[in-house]
Amino acid sequence: MPELDIVDLSMRFDLPNGSSVQALQDVSLSLKEGELMSVLGPSGCGKTTLLNIVAGFLAPTSGKIELNGHLVEGPDAERGMVFQKGALFEWMNVRENVEFGPRMKGMPKAERDQISDHLLEVVGLQDFKDKAVYELSGGMQQRVALARCLANEPDVILMDEPLGALDALTREKMQGLVLKLWKETGKTIILITHSVEEALLLGERLIVMAPRPGRIHREYNLPFAERGVNADLRDVKKSEGFAEKRDEILSMIWEMEEEIMGRTEQAS
Amino acid sequence: MIVLLFYIGLFAGAFFIVYAMRRGLQSRQDFTSLKTVTFGDESAVRSDRAASIISVLVIFVIWAAFTGSKLFPIHVPGPFVGDTKFTYTLENADGSTDDATVFVRVPAFGEEAEKFEVEPGSGFAKDDAFAAPAGRSSTILFDKNDEAKRKEGAKIVAINGTPIGEGDKVDTGDGTVSLTGKGAISFTPKQGLQMNPIWLPAPETVVSRFFEIANEGYQNFSLWEHLGWSLARVIAGFIAGALVGIPLGYAMGLSGWFRGWFDPIVEFMRPVPPLALIPLVIIWFGIWETGKIVLLFLAALWIMTIAARAGVSGVNISKIHAAYSLGASKWQIMRYVIVPNSLPEIFTGARVAMGVCWGTVVAAELVAAQKGAGMMIIAASKFQLTDIVIMGIVLIGVIGYGIDILMRKAENWLVPWKGQS
Repeated sequence: MPELDIVDLSMRFDLPNGSSVQALQDVSLSLKEGELMSVLGPSGCGKTTLLNIVAGFLAPTSGKIELNGHLVEGPDAERGMVFQKGALFEWMNVRENVEFGPRMKGMPKAERDQISDHLLEVVGLQDFKDKAVYELSGGMQQRVALARCLANEPDVILMDEPLGALDALTREKMQGLVLKLWKETGKTIILITHSVEEALLLGERLIVMAPRPGRIHREYNLPFAERGVNADLRDVKKSEGFAEKRDEILSMIWEMEEEIMGRTEQAS
Repeated sequence: MIVLLFYIGLFAGAFFIVYAMRRGLQSRQDFTSLKTVTFGDESAVRSDRAASIISVLVIFVIWAAFTGSKLFPIHVPGPFVGDTKFTYTLENADGSTDDATVFVRVPAFGEEAEKFEVEPGSGFAKDDAFAAPAGRSSTILFDKNDEAKRKEGAKIVAINGTPIGEGDKVDTGDGTVSLTGKGAISFTPKQGLQMNPIWLPAPETVVSRFFEIANEGYQNFSLWEHLGWSLARVIAGFIAGALVGIPLGYAMGLSGWFRGWFDPIVEFMRPVPPLALIPLVIIWFGIWETGKIVLLFLAALWIMTIAARAGVSGVNISKIHAAYSLGASKWQIMRYVIVPNSLPEIFTGARVAMGVCWGTVVAAELVAAQKGAGMMIIAASKFQLTDIVIMGIVLIGVIGYGIDILMRKAENWLVPWKGQS
């Protein structure tokens, strides 16, 4: 039985000048438990809108989302979210950030500490428990964000370009960490990214979206995520089929961008 | 004008001396001192400790030099004080002349001029004795004891041998002599550059007045009661303003209905200076404590409202979304996200509000009060007790500065995450 069902999702915004934007049109997807799906597409293709609807921050104009058979109508602890940056609470130290979800549920302190001790060790921050989050580097902050999300035991983890603000080296390390956490926890993950390489490396499934109206353009099932678990990601990038897939998707997105440019030129 | 020139001159001089001394001592080579581009790089501009010390010292030096302070050896020329004399040549109606001397005694500032006598001497013009106040011109009716009076046609033709007519001025060395329209002598002792203590008393006068008032009190209340009452009013008004303003600001930041409701009121009241409300507050609430606290409440209210609203609006939407998807309820988001996130803004607002309240309480006490820092200086000014006025101004400044330092310390302690997101 599929866990997350996205059925005929459409989203239409009215603009102040009277026109309207079709951000999403008839998007249908279903994810099984434990699947890791990456979403790729040129800017303006509606991938963040899609994620916000799944998270429950936006209501679609038509269509519906079901998780384990019940309708998604708003944000909930069953769907955890990891943001690009700025979502940690600066007034709490690392441990308090990680324990936020359990604390809101009213879990006793001893139990929460057990969870945060374990998770901070998993993400390699056991020595930073009592630090303020603003004293940590960008990569460490994203580790805290991942741990905070996991501490709440969500069914689905939604990641909105979680590694987008990191430098290349840190990003590579964090990609390894995401794969490790995915395998260890068996969570269903939707990951939005701008980087084709990241989408290939981390996406067991890969969705390429096209803009205006935002829709699913192509879908791939890829072997690289499995290969990357507990392996050197640089070797995965050199492995069979990776370079070809990367070039294929890059030129696909390139064409879409060209098309957008052409269309705006005609319009103006 | 002269004071300003002195200030600039002293400061420029001090700058070159410190600069020369620094060149002699090789300074530290930290990162900032190795920067070559410093003009326009704000981070390379560091407040120079020496300049701050010199700045304060220069103010005191100028104050001491222009008031003839005993604490400081160098003074600008003071007014003439002591005994002096000049002679006048009187011409009789028949053309004969006679000389007589005017002895002038000028007491120090603030002292009474005492009358004294001299021998009249010979001739038809007799010597005069005159006690003149310092720094002001006074008319000497020289012919009271002369045998030839002005109304009989006698007139002065020379001072110290220098011919003089109406409108001329003769410098006698210690003062200036001119003739009035009726032919009398007008004598002005040299004024010098020093200030009359009624305008600006010497620093030591202010300090001794401070100790006097600290020990004995002023106008039925001790100094600490005056200052304490001002402070208590500020704190009462500020707390009342914060207690109403912060929830109001939160409501405006969280609900469209509240924002629409209060926006016109807040935006209208915000630019109205609290001082402009004094007359209305007096009419409505009277001149005593209620009126003052209401005024301070109004001064703090809008500032705190706007600060709290800005604090709520300033929360990164990612934080709110994250909290919701971690399962927090609305109340928990308020308690654990919105309130802590708005605290830095509220503290900034509180610092501004405390500053405004302190300024407003002094102004309100100027209008009507029995005790308070503002009342102290306005009462003293009515008796021309400039030393108390200056002491009061200094104390008001020191307390205002102290409040701001305390607020900043509290801010660093309570909201260390300020500016860190």
